[in-house]
Amino acid sequence: MKRLLRDRRAIFGAGVLLVVVAAALAAPLVSRRDADQPDIVATRFLPPLSADARGAIHPLGTDRFGRDVWTRLVYGARISLGVGALAVLLAIAIGLAVGAVAGYWRGPVRALLLAFTDIALALPRVVLLLLLAALWRPSAALVIVVLGLTGWMSVARLVQGEVRSLAARPFVEGARALGISRVRILWRHILPNALTPVIVAAALGIGNAIMLEAGLSFLGLGVQPPTPSWGSMIASGRDTLVNAPWVAAAPGLALVLVVVACTLLGDALQDALDPTRGSRAPPAL
Amino acid sequence: MLPALARRAATGLAVVAGVVTLTFFLLRLAPGDPVELLLGPTATPAQVAAQRHTLALDRPLAVQYVAWLGRFARGEWGTSIATGRPVRALLGEAVPATLELVGLSLVLSYLLGVAVGAVQAIARPRVDTALSVATVTLFAVPGYWLALMLIMVFTYWARALPAFGRAGLDGDLLAGGPWLADRLRHLVLPLATLTLIGIGGIARFVRGAMHDVVGQPFVRTAQAKGLAPFAVLWRHVACNALIPVAILLGLSFPALFSGGVFVEFVFAWPGVGRRLVEAVLARDYPVVMAATALSAMLVVAGNLLADGVVGWIDPRIRQRSDAS
Repeated sequence: MKRLLRDRRAIFGAGVLLVVVAAALAAPLVSRRDADQPDIVATRFLPPLSADARGAIHPLGTDRFGRDVWTRLVYGARISLGVGALAVLLAIAIGLAVGAVAGYWRGPVRALLLAFTDIALALPRVVLLLLLAALWRPSAALVIVVLGLTGWMSVARLVQGEVRSLAARPFVEGARALGISRVRILWRHILPNALTPVIVAAALGIGNAIMLEAGLSFLGLGVQPPTPSWGSMIASGRDTLVNAPWVAAAPGLALVLVVVACTLLGDALQDALDPTRGSRAPPAL
Repeated sequence: MLPALARRAATGLAVVAGVVTLTFFLLRLAPGDPVELLLGPTATPAQVAAQRHTLALDRPLAVQYVAWLGRFARGEWGTSIATGRPVRALLGEAVPATLELVGLSLVLSYLLGVAVGAVQAIARPRVDTALSVATVTLFAVPGYWLALMLIMVFTYWARALPAFGRAGLDGDLLAGGPWLADRLRHLVLPLATLTLIGIGGIARFVRGAMHDVVGQPFVRTAQAKGLAPFAVLWRHVACNALIPVAILLGLSFPALFSGGVFVEFVFAWPGVGRRLVEAVLARDYPVVMAATALSAMLVVAGNLLADGVVGWIDPRIRQRSDAS
C-alpha cells in the first residue's frame, strides 16, 4: 500500500477513475436535463462554451439534436463504466472458477480445462464479439455477457498457476491433515491467496472492456440510441465531423483518459504487488 | 523442432475447427433469417419455403454442418446469399487489401515500436517519462476514434488526403506513377491509424523487456570490459530482449486483425474485416463462415510463424524443443 501511495501512476490513475465515477454517480447534479424539448434548430451544433438562446451554458457544445454533449457524456459514463466493470466481474468469476478447478484437481480435468482455455485464448475475440453481438438484439446486458464470455481466459491461466503453486505449500497440507474437505480448502485457504494477479488483471481488463464496449456500440451492435454510451456518441459524431467535431472528440478523449488511468493503475498495482519485478524495471512514469 | 512444430500445428488445426464449429452453430441458433432478409417483407410463405429449400436451409442442422464441412474442406465455399456472388471471389478481392494494410502496419509499428522502446531503455529519465506518456496514451486510443480525428484534420481541414476506399473513383483508369500515387494517398490515413496504435503497445513491451535484460550481470560484464555503449546495446541487450518481442509478434496477430476490422470499417477499406461486418449484419451465412474461418487461419498461421521466429532467434529454445 505504501509503495502504491508513492507511485505517481497509481495516484493519477485512481484519481482520474474516482473523478469519473463520482461524475457518473452524480450525473443529475453536475449536468442539466431539460424538462421541455429545446428548440432544435436554434440550439443544435453550438460550439463548446457557448450559451443558447435561453442563456444556458453548454461546456462541450451541443449535437445535431441540440442535446448538451456534457450531459450525454456524464450519463454515458454510467453505461460505459458500468458495462465495463460488470463485464470484467463476469470474466473474473468464470476465470476464477475454471482456474481454481484446473489448478487444484490434477489429471484429466486439468488437462481438459487447460486445453479448452488455450483454444479459447486463440480465438479471434473481436470476430466472436461481432458474431455474438450481431446475432441477438443489441443491448447493454448482451454486451456484458459477450465481453465476459470472451474475456475470462487470461484470468483462468493466472489463477491456475497460482493455485497450483499454493496447493503444494505446507499450510495447505496442514489443512488437509486436519481433515478439512477439498472444496473448503480451496475456498477458504487457497483462493484468497491467489487473488493478487487477479486484481492486476481486473484493472487492466476494465480499460480493455470499456474500449471494446465502445467499439461495439460504435458499430451499432452495443448499447442502442438514444441511451448515451461513449461508443455510440462517437458514432453519432462521425456524421457531423465537419460542422461539429466536438461531438465525436469529447467522448473519445474521455475514453482515452479512462483507459490510460486503468492501464497506469494496473501497472502500478503490478509493481507494488510483485516487488521483484519493480526493482528491475523502473516504473514507466 | 519438428515434433514441437507438429504439435503446434495440431493445436492450430483444433483452433480453426473450434472457431468454425462455434460459428456454424451460433449462426443457426441465433434469431434472424437470411432468406427473409433476402426476399423482403412482401414474400409469401411458399416463396420463403422454396428459397430455403434451394439453399438447403430446411435440412437438419447436423446434416447441414457435415455437408458444409465437407464442401469447405474441398474449397467450395458457396455463394453469398446477399449478393449472389461466389464467396471465394468476394474474399479473394478482400484478402490482398487486408494483407496490404495490416502487413505494412505490422512492419512499420514493429520497427518504430522497437526503436521507441529501445530509446526509452537507454534515455535519460525525463525523456523516458515523456515517451512513456506518449506510448501509454497511444495504447489507450481506440482505433476508430483516432481514424475519425485523422480524417477530420487531414481530409476535412487540410483537404490533403482521401478518407475513403483503397483507390480513387478514377483508380481503374490510371496507370504507372499516377496509379501508385493514388494508391499511396489512400493508404496513408488507415496505415497511420493502425501503426500509431501498434507503436504504443509494442514500445511499452520492448521498454520492459530491455530493462529486464539491462539489469543482468552479463551486461555489466560487457560494459566492464570496455565495449562501446552501442555495441553492448546491440550485441548483448537487443538480441536477448527481442525474444519476448518475437513472442508478442505472434500474439499481436489477433489484435491487429481486430484493430483492422474497425479501421477498415471507418475508412471503407475493402478488406476482410469490412466484408465480415457487412456479412454479419446481412446474416450472409456462407460469407460469415468463410471470413471467420479465414481470420482464424490467419491468426493461427501468425502464431506458428512467431514460434518459428523465436526458435530461430534463440538457440536455447531450439535445443530445448529438439530434446523434448
